[in-house]
Amino acid sequence: MLRYILNKLALIVPTLIGITICAFGFVRLLPGDPILALAGEHGVTPERYEQLKVQFGFDRPIWEQYGHYIWDALHGDFGVSISTHRPVVTEFLALFPATVELSLCAIIFAILLGIPAGIFAATRRGTVVDQGLMGTALVGYSMPIFWWGLLLIIFFSGYLHWTPVSGRIDVQYFFKPVTGFMLIDSLLSGQKGAFHSVVMHLILPTIVLGTIPLAVIARQTRSAMLEVMGEDYVRTARAKGLKARRVIGLHALRNALIPVVTTIGLQVGVLLAGAILTESIFAWPGIGKWMVDSIYKRDYVVVQAGLLLIALIVMGVNLLVDVLYAVVNPRIRVQ
Amino acid sequence: MTDTTEIVPVVSTGRFAGLREFWHYFSQSRGAVLGLVVFILLILVALFAPWIAPHDPTEQYKQFFLAPPAWDPGGNPQFLLGTDPVGRDILSRLIHGARFSLLIGAMVVVLSVVGGIVLGLVAGYFRGWVDVVIMRVMDLILAFPPLLLALVLVTVLGPGLVNAMLAIALTLQPYFARLVRGSVMAERNREYVTSARLAGAGHFRLMLVTILPNCLAPIIVQATLSFSDAILNAAALGFLGLGAQPPTPEWGTMLANAREFIQRAPWVVTFPGLCILVTVLAINLIGDGLRDALDPKLKRS
Repeated sequence: MLRYILNKLALIVPTLIGITICAFGFVRLLPGDPILALAGEHGVTPERYEQLKVQFGFDRPIWEQYGHYIWDALHGDFGVSISTHRPVVTEFLALFPATVELSLCAIIFAILLGIPAGIFAATRRGTVVDQGLMGTALVGYSMPIFWWGLLLIIFFSGYLHWTPVSGRIDVQYFFKPVTGFMLIDSLLSGQKGAFHSVVMHLILPTIVLGTIPLAVIARQTRSAMLEVMGEDYVRTARAKGLKARRVIGLHALRNALIPVVTTIGLQVGVLLAGAILTESIFAWPGIGKWMVDSIYKRDYVVVQAGLLLIALIVMGVNLLVDVLYAVVNPRIRVQ
Repeated sequence: MTDTTEIVPVVSTGRFAGLREFWHYFSQSRGAVLGLVVFILLILVALFAPWIAPHDPTEQYKQFFLAPPAWDPGGNPQFLLGTDPVGRDILSRLIHGARFSLLIGAMVVVLSVVGGIVLGLVAGYFRGWVDVVIMRVMDLILAFPPLLLALVLVTVLGPGLVNAMLAIALTLQPYFARLVRGSVMAERNREYVTSARLAGAGHFRLMLVTILPNCLAPIIVQATLSFSDAILNAAALGFLGLGAQPPTPEWGTMLANAREFIQRAPWVVTFPGLCILVTVLAINLIGDGLRDALDPKLKRS
């Protein structure tokens, strides 16, 4: 097991170096002068230009600049935002919980609906129910989620007035973030109605972000169940006279869930990409909206850091999924 | 919905036997055939857009801005699906938009398939350090969420339709490289390849003529999925204001400023998104059908 993990880690090292080179190179590839882009200034005097050049280390050879970049990054220094003049790391840490909270809600929503839907469809294979569920899943899978979000706002916020249009909580509530997760913080604050407000704000973004993972999980669960239900041990269980529910719930599902768990893990990249769109639509103050806004504002220090941090998160989670997969499925370890 | 009644194996002969067999399996799925019909209709709409569209897609009818659809009491029969905030006919823009979405899908697929085939063939055929370098670069591209990578690439290249297509092609290309490499590695030590090599075939001939045709099935399926991915991602970039630029009637771009009108003029928001959904859904239905028809492992299930 340890050997498997070490092997995986060794494979990751080149990717890790590649990611840092991409983030480092990004600023240097920008149209125009990278020094001015990083400073967020233009039309500077030659003296100021020289000063900036030294400040950002552009007067030194490129490998030394890269070394410096890595050294700073390892110490948690990703530069200072051009637009807010605050350290990028501080901003990231303040916004990240919002994205995690939304993503967790979305994936839980997707799992709670997707797995039962997949099982249900598999056990009624070929019927109208199966075709209806899988047809719906394909629609969800094909959904332009930015449009889906707008539609839900039109209907639930504009027409029915059930849910708020944007943000994480009504403006009348204010409390200091403790965990960064509004669901927990609003309860801790003890303010009446705060928790309810948070939940109402979460509903639509959760549905929008969870739609594609939901469709993927439902499709994957169905095909995994169908595959497992054709196996000998399931047939044996049936032949022993066990009830259908017990066979499906105990024998088939346990084995079918292994590929489903991998699928769920692989949704992290999907969620982070979806967060860019979902957060933009609902003005959700997370890292997705932060990245898009920074691109609009040409705050390239933030874009550079965000690129690096998001890639690292995706890689870390994928590694975790690989390891978990090896834990539940011993066959993988020996390969 | 793709697996219907029991499948009768067909044994056909003649020139188009392969094609006929493929169609037999493909047409088993009603969804796939429906997707194909919708897709062909879309191609026709795109081809004949200037003749079908009732208005010029960029013509601004100033006195009719934000006119509701024709069936609405306040609607104008001249503008079947209403007009947008500057008085352009939405139906005409949607019809012309089909050209952009299909063009984006086709271009991105061609670029990423060609790139992926070349890299995958080279990596899988030569192995060694070439393989290591190519595949590590592919891993690197896959480490970024596709939309984020496309966003950042467009930031570097500058917003616009062509740059958006290039960026999306780059994010989709590793899937093809991996797929081709895997197939090539499975095929390269087969007997027919060895015999071709002994017969004096060179590297190019071996790679392109001998091995590649036998790896085509999974590539075709992946290409279909990439087609719909490309349309979705290009529309998302357009929605964020970084894809096709106004006044281009691209569906995603048409939604870019729609947010301010969701209360006042929902039709501005509804129709472009519906077009994206229908197009992507049709292609995904075809993709599912192709996978079932081409993948011998799944044929029985």
